[in-house]
Amino acid sequence: MRIGTVLRDLHHDENELARTLLRVADEHRADHEVHQMGQHLAEWSSRHVREIAAIAESFGQNLDPAPDGSPTLVEEARRWMSVRGGRFPETELVMVRDLRDVYLRASSVLTDWEMIGQAAQAIVHDELLELATRCQAETKRQATWANAKIKESSTQALVV
Amino acid sequence: MPTEDRIADVWGDRTPYPRGGDWPVRVDAHLASGVSPGDVDRWVQTASTLHSNGDAFDVAVRGGRMVGVRGRADDRVNRGRLGPKDLFGWQAIQSPDRLTRPLVRRDGRLVECSWDEAMDVVVGRTQALLEEQGPSAVGFYTTGQLFLEEYYTLALVAHGGIRTNHVDGNTRLCTATAAEALKESFGSDGQPGSYTDVDHADVIALFGHNVAETQTVLWMRILDRLAGDDPPEVICVDPRPTPVARAATVHLAPRPGTNVALMNALLHEIVANGHVDEAWVTAHTVGYADLEKTVTRYTPEVVSTICDVPAADIRTAARIIGEAEALLSTVLQGFYQSHQATAAAVQVNNLHLLRGMIGRPGCGILQMNGQPSAQNTRECGADGDMAGFRNWSNRSHVEDLARVWNIEPKQIPHATPPTHAMQIMRYVEDGSIRMLWVSGTNPVVSMPELARMRSILSQERLFLVVQDIFLTETAQLADVVLPAAAWGEKTGAFTNVDRTVHLSEKAVDPPGEARSDLDIFVDFATRMGLQDKDGQPLVKWSTAEEAFDAWRECSRGRPCDYSGLSYDKLRGGSGIQWPCTDESPDGTERLYARGTFWASPEECETFGRDLETGAPVEEQEYRALNPFGRAVIKSSDYRPPHEMPDEDHPLQLITGRTVYHFHTRTRTARAPELQAAAPDVWVEVSVTDAQTYGLAEGDLAEVTTARGEVRARVRVSGIRPGVVFLPFHYGYWDTGEGWRPGDHGRAANELTRTDWDPASKQPIFKTAACAVRKVADGDGTPSPAPDNTASAPVAAATAEGVER
Repeated sequence: MRIGTVLRDLHHDENELARTLLRVADEHRADHEVHQMGQHLAEWSSRHVREIAAIAESFGQNLDPAPDGSPTLVEEARRWMSVRGGRFPETELVMVRDLRDVYLRASSVLTDWEMIGQAAQAIVHDELLELATRCQAETKRQATWANAKIKESSTQALVV
Repeated sequence: MPTEDRIADVWGDRTPYPRGGDWPVRVDAHLASGVSPGDVDRWVQTASTLHSNGDAFDVAVRGGRMVGVRGRADDRVNRGRLGPKDLFGWQAIQSPDRLTRPLVRRDGRLVECSWDEAMDVVVGRTQALLEEQGPSAVGFYTTGQLFLEEYYTLALVAHGGIRTNHVDGNTRLCTATAAEALKESFGSDGQPGSYTDVDHADVIALFGHNVAETQTVLWMRILDRLAGDDPPEVICVDPRPTPVARAATVHLAPRPGTNVALMNALLHEIVANGHVDEAWVTAHTVGYADLEKTVTRYTPEVVSTICDVPAADIRTAARIIGEAEALLSTVLQGFYQSHQATAAAVQVNNLHLLRGMIGRPGCGILQMNGQPSAQNTRECGADGDMAGFRNWSNRSHVEDLARVWNIEPKQIPHATPPTHAMQIMRYVEDGSIRMLWVSGTNPVVSMPELARMRSILSQERLFLVVQDIFLTETAQLADVVLPAAAWGEKTGAFTNVDRTVHLSEKAVDPPGEARSDLDIFVDFATRMGLQDKDGQPLVKWSTAEEAFDAWRECSRGRPCDYSGLSYDKLRGGSGIQWPCTDESPDGTERLYARGTFWASPEECETFGRDLETGAPVEEQEYRALNPFGRAVIKSSDYRPPHEMPDEDHPLQLITGRTVYHFHTRTRTARAPELQAAAPDVWVEVSVTDAQTYGLAEGDLAEVTTARGEVRARVRVSGIRPGVVFLPFHYGYWDTGEGWRPGDHGRAANELTRTDWDPASKQPIFKTAACAVRKVADGDGTPSPAPDNTASAPVAAATAEGVER
């Protein structure tokens, strides 16, 4: 069975999604919605990471339940920069590109959850199906948020 | 005429009446000293513009000046009664420091100029920016205090003429959540209930709504029911010991930021006790199964630890609501300006949907407004929405509005949701909005995080136009100041919380060269040469009545239908509730009477938003969820506030108002009786916290958050321990510094956080972590806080409690 392998990839991708959301939140502190929501949605992925690690044991995978590291020195410096960068319209375009990164990562995580959900139905694994259904819905909301924010911001960022 | 002291006796004498009875008439009046009724030349019809209640009254005019007011006995809203701001607030517009001539900034200073000069500067700059960058360079930020004719004209000029998406009102700070909660639950904005529901309810629940101070006349109506033979039970959710809390059967004082948890516990009990009207829910709603599942976790015991409210009190409140025959609920800033605002306000709608209590006498929801004409800001599209509650993501709605305006649909910006006020300020900050036109509002005092707001609006590269009646803090930063006529100096209509439309007639001339906001907007459109698709002027009216008639056509067939209304019909008699049509010529008391809603995918004003992320719901998703246009039950989990108390900032700060003032006191501070009643800022702390921090009544204290500090005199009150309250009215125009703090802050918003509700985009003023310390002992003088309201000193509050 290859469910374990996909869970391992998913564990990695959710970690990456959480890191990306946190990075984007940090880099765009001057845009309060992106800052707040980035942090908030990163928590969802961190929770997914813990839940994947817990269930992955029964599929022969030993995964770290703790989400990847806290901000580094470089990230601290980026935070300092981001507040001061808030006075330039060019930051808006950088933000749209960063949100595109969030959207793409969330979309690939979404696909992974779909695969897991299909497999869980095939092997009639209620716990895994419940997890996949719940997390897939949340990942979709992460992607929808990023997409909506891209739409909203690009009308301003691209015509300045 | 009685000259009773209505500053001390805010709500006046009782006129008790029974359930189902008619609220008796009581005519309140006030004439300037030395003026007797016989001296009055004429009485001119109008209604209140210093709160949202819509109290109808006549202004006394003598020798071309206002000399007093008298309540209109035959009006459905107040039956003659007036509150302190109605009785005394009118004096402000005759203040000698009114703006009388336009001002332009030359060599860094504002100097007087002619209207031609001022408008040339504004038009020249607008045209240059449109040429250089396009509509995205221009933003409009208006208010909840103009007339509907003015909002409608502004919406047309901004959306149809300039074609910018950056239009909002300060209603974003006060009533955006009311609108969003109604849209989320019922598919469209529009107040379901009526003030007459007070006459019929056996339970009245007030959620974060200190009605005694925000809408005094509505509270008089409730007090008169409470004084009657069969009084309603009152449930109050508020962290402060408000007059409402003191009159309540159950008072729940949750920790700030935990409203959703509390609401979920009430819903949990309604479900668990079998108080759901299952047949009604099945026939008229979607989404119940999700709610049932969500609230399972929120037992009173669990929630009692989140909110720090006794589980027994939650059970009692839920039982009273669950057993109510006719439930009236009202909601205001305690929910709207707090964490998870829309999610919490929507749960109040859900209480009614679960109980099938909507559209019948006594079964009302009042998602309140804070300002007199906030309803019109929303209806007319001056808050960025499309005029007439049309849906910006529905092609046929856009086409219909384009037909009304005689322009091409593509000329109306609708590719994305309208830019909300906080985001407009963000675009001003990053320099992509380069011209901001502010009318009738004072963001340099009323927006959150004032140091940031001042730095944004004082940027050299920003072209700031301010249109106002006084030189406010914000006006002092402007490049051009346009002097506006005030209420009473112009004619127009406006609509209160319960959809009652009033006509307000011109009573006196504006001072100097001041012009009505309508005249200014029309003049701008003319000078800009804004045209429709046939090359005719875009704005086809110049008088208020013509503008009203145009709006009547725009609203025809929409939920807010004014097609049966006219100035003639609104003259004399009572105000009239929309929708008012040929079929319902006397207006409509309650919406949704047969459990039918404006929620079908074709009709709804919005497909809604994800309440937690704020992302708009796509049309296809909405169609799948709600194909037949039922009410939508949206559940929500509780999430902790973004800023929680810590070691450095162990307390929670909430801000709010007092009965004597309105907003940033531009008018109320210029009415001597109101100003004397609450002359300066104070800070409320609980007895427990006063002991912990060594504070006593009248001490000078410093309140700090991560954003700044404010100094104020201490009032030790019955407020919930752990919570600190600051009134938000006090800015700097009446200090030596003019528009910014001197050595120490005075405005509550020095301390608040730039953060907003994801769905309604309303800023969160009520969950900042703060610290308090004593700066100096008092000299025995009490703080300048009023003693007869929610800010009552703890001793007085306790004495009154014993008396009851």
